[in-house]
Amino acid sequence: MNDTIWTIELKIFRQRADAQRYFQTFQIEINPDEYVLDAIEKVWAFHDRSLTFRHACHHSTCGACGMLVNGIEKLTCITSIRSVTQNNGKLLIEPLRNFPVLSDLVVDTSSMFKALEEIGFNQVASLPSACLPYERKTLEHERSEYQRLVDCIECGMCISACPVSLTDSNYLGPAVLAAAHDASSQPLSNKILEIVDSRDGLWRCHNAFECSAVCPSNVEPGLRIMKMRQTVIAHRIKKLFSRG
Amino acid sequence: MPTLPEAIIIGAGFTGCALAHDLSLRGFKVSVLDRGEIASGTSGRTHGLLHSGGRYCVNDQEAAIECIEENIILRRIAAQCIEYNGGLFIGLNERDQAYLPHFMAGAEACKIPVEQITPQKALQLEPNLNPALLSAVLVPDGVFDPLRLALAFAATAVENGASFFPHHEVQEMLFNGSGNAIGVVALNRHDGKKYEFRGDIVINATGAWAGKLASLVGIKVPVVPTPGIMVAYNQRLVNRVINRLFEPGDGDILIPQRRMVVIGTTSFEVEDPDYIPLDQDQIKQMYDCACHLVPAVSQTLQRGVYMSARPLIKTEMTGRSLSRTFKCYDHKESENIDGFVTITGGKATTCRAMAEKTADLVCSKLGISAICETKETPLVSYRKFFWH
Ligand SMILES: Cc1cc2nc3c(=O)[nH]c(=O)nc-3n(C[C@H](O)[C@H](O)[C@H](O)COP(=O)(O)OP(=O)(O)OC[C@H]3O[C@@H](n4cnc5c(N)ncnc54)[C@H](O)[C@@H]3O)c2cc1C
Ligand code: SF4
Ligand code: FES
Repeated sequence: MNDTIWTIELKIFRQRADAQRYFQTFQIEINPDEYVLDAIEKVWAFHDRSLTFRHACHHSTCGACGMLVNGIEKLTCITSIRSVTQNNGKLLIEPLRNFPVLSDLVVDTSSMFKALEEIGFNQVASLPSACLPYERKTLEHERSEYQRLVDCIECGMCISACPVSLTDSNYLGPAVLAAAHDASSQPLSNKILEIVDSRDGLWRCHNAFECSAVCPSNVEPGLRIMKMRQTVIAHRIKKLFSRG
Repeated sequence: MPTLPEAIIIGAGFTGCALAHDLSLRGFKVSVLDRGEIASGTSGRTHGLLHSGGRYCVNDQEAAIECIEENIILRRIAAQCIEYNGGLFIGLNERDQAYLPHFMAGAEACKIPVEQITPQKALQLEPNLNPALLSAVLVPDGVFDPLRLALAFAATAVENGASFFPHHEVQEMLFNGSGNAIGVVALNRHDGKKYEFRGDIVINATGAWAGKLASLVGIKVPVVPTPGIMVAYNQRLVNRVINRLFEPGDGDILIPQRRMVVIGTTSFEVEDPDYIPLDQDQIKQMYDCACHLVPAVSQTLQRGVYMSARPLIKTEMTGRSLSRTFKCYDHKESENIDGFVTITGGKATTCRAMAEKTADLVCSKLGISAICETKETPLVSYRKFFWH
């Protein structure tokens, strides 16, 4: 099988508590068919035990390992080394943007989790409702007796990539608005309406669609924000007429 | 009010998190330290199979009974992170057919509710199965999200007063004048400083690292890190867990998870499980096994590959035939060190039961009469872990 070994240089963002930020470089040898997260774990195991990073599942289901790889949000456990560098090449590894850094590559995503909880977003849903809004449903997808873990793995990468989240830390952000779309049924619950139809909600989005570009998990948060806007507008119109 | 008994747990995998939950419910003040994040060891990198016990019902009925009992409990208390669509054991050749009666008898003996269905019916339920299947049995398997299951136990422990210290690597143990454990020294990897944690009992729940941790204090715990590989493909080709109808072997379980299917696994021994390189030959082996169960895997793309180490307890035998049930060592009995217990082995599916038995031991050591309540206590949302 493929036993090629590449030498690569990882330039990793470091920050210890409130101390100064800096970059540190490590040279490692690794099979290019391994993943960026494996390279980072290798640095920790053999070069520097003080390096902190988040990871758990190593197969894109937990959402813990999002980082910037060469400036772009990547789920590092499924990003092969071959896909982002070359032999004797470099990799720049930084923590996600728009979240406070706890240390090195670990960011504090508690605000996102809190908002997702308030929305009432469930991780397990029936198969038909776990599909994308535009997805062609096969016979299998129609079977509501089946359930599955939904697409959003709560990695926060969409929030990291979002230009609005960058300038306004109060903005709910794509993950939360997409979850609201997922969690909302007809008619819209007052609670969800109150959260999304607010100053920090739906109407702040500039349609940059960076969120959908980086989402590793088919959620299409940009599309869902647009759908959610339609739903809220329809709700407003209905309300207007039912009053009259 | 009398002061609460204090427990220090080293390791925040399934074992440490479930134990923190159990002890917190029994009134302990619990601190859990892990050198990484929650579930960053073996627990995060599991297959994700909520075992029905079917896999063990012929060769290891004790494990099988424990699995089905815990499967039912977890579905009740942790439904928030479990895909529950059941599973199928499928027979693909004469060897499997010969195993079928043993399997049916084993399942009955272990009280696992199974139902044999025709191959035609199986193909109706799961159209992507290998059409050459000869037999099919429905079993109550499920699939869990590993990190969220561990977090749900941890979050509930936190609700009941436990504290978690991720990125704290235990480097030394503290002893009193009579040589008994009274705490640990851990390096906080966030700020680079060392901190002391003191308690009435120190529990080593470091899984495949249990031997390494015990060796810090010169104790031998016979744990062999025994890794296996798992490969994920980018299409959800089945809704049920697909098991090969035979004795446990390599690459004989294909699970659905989110939009993926994941095949596993293998079994070999390593000395140090800190970094296990991906074995390219095993990736190919898994691919062949997956295609045999569900041929449409050949039309998917590989999405991820990962390896992690089982904490298997060393006996005379090596490899897969080691017992799957867990071990709890009271180091008072073996080395005359009081206040120090090691718990290792087991499965994710049975982590609650492991925790119950360990908490029983801890309580009896400390003369505490509190009873286990975890069977009936639903876990709070895993998300709560993040903002306690
Ligand atoms: C390939 C494979 C597939 C599996 N699939 C399944 C499955 O499908 N279903 C199932 O039920 N079970 C499965 N299992 C079994 C299950 O995953 C394990 O039994 C379980 O994860 C063990 O959990 P643990 O908490 O004991 O160990 P771990 O999760 O490894 O936790 C130990 C923790 O200790 C920490 N640690 C180590 N040293 C120190 C130190 N010095 N200081 C602080 N912390 C330290 C580590 O960081 C780690 O987080 C599988 C196991 C393997 C290997
Ligand atoms: S929407 Fe996509 S990018 Fe955003 S948190 Fe969910 S999975 Fe991650
Ligand atoms: S480690 Fe779980 S998503 Fe990457």
